[in-house]
Amino acid sequence: MPVGRYPVPFDRDVAVELLRQMLRIRRFEEACAEQYGLGNIRGFLHLYIGQEAVAAGVVPLLGPEDSLVATYREHGHALVRGVAARSLMAEMFGRATGCCRGRGGSMHLFDAATRFYGGNAIVGGGLPLAVGLALAAKRSGRAGIVACFFGEGAMAEGAFHESANLAALWRVPALFVCENNRYAMGTALERSQARTDLCGHAAAYGLSTRSADGMDVVAVRETAEAAVTEVRAGTPCFLELQTYRFRAHSMFDPELYRERAEVEAWRARGPLHTYTDRLKAQGLYGEAEFLALDAEVAAEVRAAVAYAASAPTEPATELLRDVTVAA
Amino acid sequence: MSARQTYRDALREAHRSALGGDPRVLLIGEDVGRYGGSYAVSRGLLDEFGPDRIVDAPLSELGFVGAGVGAALGGLRPIVEIMTVNFSLLALDPIVNTAASLRHMSGGQFHVPLVIRMATGAGRQLAAQHSHSLEGWYAHVPGLRVLAPATVDDARGMLGAALDDPDPVVIFEHAQLYNVDGTLTAPGGDPDIAHARVRRPGGDVTLVTWGGMLPRTLAAAAELAEAGVDAAVVDLRVLRPLDMATVYESVRRTRRAVLVDESWRSGGFAAELSARLMECAFYDLDAPVERVATAEVPIPYARQLEEAALPQVASIVAAARRCLGGSA
Ligand SMILES: Cc1ncc(C[n+]2csc(CCOP(=O)(O)OP(=O)(O)O)c2C)c(N)n1
Ligand SMILES: [Mg+2]
Repeated sequence: MPVGRYPVPFDRDVAVELLRQMLRIRRFEEACAEQYGLGNIRGFLHLYIGQEAVAAGVVPLLGPEDSLVATYREHGHALVRGVAARSLMAEMFGRATGCCRGRGGSMHLFDAATRFYGGNAIVGGGLPLAVGLALAAKRSGRAGIVACFFGEGAMAEGAFHESANLAALWRVPALFVCENNRYAMGTALERSQARTDLCGHAAAYGLSTRSADGMDVVAVRETAEAAVTEVRAGTPCFLELQTYRFRAHSMFDPELYRERAEVEAWRARGPLHTYTDRLKAQGLYGEAEFLALDAEVAAEVRAAVAYAASAPTEPATELLRDVTVAA
Repeated sequence: MSARQTYRDALREAHRSALGGDPRVLLIGEDVGRYGGSYAVSRGLLDEFGPDRIVDAPLSELGFVGAGVGAALGGLRPIVEIMTVNFSLLALDPIVNTAASLRHMSGGQFHVPLVIRMATGAGRQLAAQHSHSLEGWYAHVPGLRVLAPATVDDARGMLGAALDDPDPVVIFEHAQLYNVDGTLTAPGGDPDIAHARVRRPGGDVTLVTWGGMLPRTLAAAAELAEAGVDAAVVDLRVLRPLDMATVYESVRRTRRAVLVDESWRSGGFAAELSARLMECAFYDLDAPVERVATAEVPIPYARQLEEAALPQVASIVAAARRCLGGSA
């Protein structure tokens, strides 16, 4: 299936911004993989490569008053949300100047300034959190919605079903963004859900539902725009974006559960190059401009790595800070 | 069998013989089949035993652990694998409220021959949601048997014995042990699920531990030996029901005890051990019992912070020296 059958309908600024954000995620993730290989990033590292169109298409629709909740595969969301690349990279290096002072690492990125509520590594754990944040936003009379990102695997957890019902019951301004990349570690969707039509699950609880090709950043943005509008008007929504992760689940995954050919077929639909090709074909963007953008993004990532590498480590004497409020 | 094998391989062998020996046995868990097990314990078992015996479950801990309880009740002998102890918190209800209670609250009519296995413990920079040591919580609950295999013999031998137990058994496999290798002392490993073992005899101080802390406690004993201190190491192996006789026996000889526990100090399992020593071995002690436990903090990611949070060889040695009153 080709990606994006119609011309890119946005003005040039928006069109290029989508590309820039996807490229930032891609280059950042490639740097993470490299730094993991060098031993500078440790623990579990879950790469987002292949799914960039989701974060790039959805996150910029959120304003400063809105909140985000994400999973352990959240580098891209944090980056697009505006958490500085160097602060994210320093966190992954376990440094004192990382966004969580080195306490969280790759799976637990948090940033209060941008209302980025993590970084939740218990599958499904972010969903009830989002319902509560949305309830708080609604009760405080403050403008603001909550976007909650999660994988399709989380939809087998009771937390999804309870949260979907609560959100609909209480009519809180929550946007549930399901990144359906077809696998939960090694478990394909068909082997984890008797009913694979994910919108059907959400609709059963009274959520408004939409679905789009998650490889097409244009479709993602347009569909998310409609969903966000609806959520702002008070109706909780569920958005399914069909995507694919190109890399292993984490750095420990031998990938015994899928065929190379399947991965290759999805790579051919990669969100970054298909979109770049479309922009070029439409004459919206030239090769020279692309190279300049790529160089700019590469410089940002290089600077982030350099910053992280020379950042101070937290002394062990600080171990016990931030467990509860300081006395 | 005298070849060296890893703890992981010993566990896999234990599964293979349990599955081969009893058609009622099945393994249920996330990614135990196609993926090969998140810690590769079950790699190859799907091909060997097929999807009716090696059952991949969706991300539904409460559901499939609860279903394991029901399946055990219905006559099967399920082994339910939970990826990590932190995720078992989603299934505490069927474990504590149902499996552990059923025999008693049914007046002895029903029992739950279920085995639940899970990885536990820190040390791999996996941060606060993948690193905790909660086996002491489970050991708090009457109706459960709680095992902590720390050697290849125990990895090989305990599973079969757990399946033979008519009541629910929870097995904690420390994530840092999977790659540790050793040699089986008997072909089927050690099938005892009732007793502690003295892993190293010694006359000066008794170091008591279990699970993932055993290797570093043995390392601490070796370091103490170089300084002329003869430390005994007792591996509890079974946290519930607790075999204190073996501990008392050693403490009676050494008159000093150091408890090494990877969980948090407050309310940790070592607190229970210490209380029992007070109750039953007070007059055998020449010094206050020492505890080496994890700092009271969710496990942090950064390496130096995680190391500072956890018991280390040096902190065990220091505790033993304190216990010996500086005489070493
Ligand atoms: C409650 C819980 N169970 C199991 C895991 C281990 N685990 C981490 S990610 C994952 C797969 C999740 O798949 P999905 O929700 O589709 O997200 P994806 O990884 O594909 O982005 C699993 C099983 C976990 N972190 N939390
Ligand atoms: Mg998935």
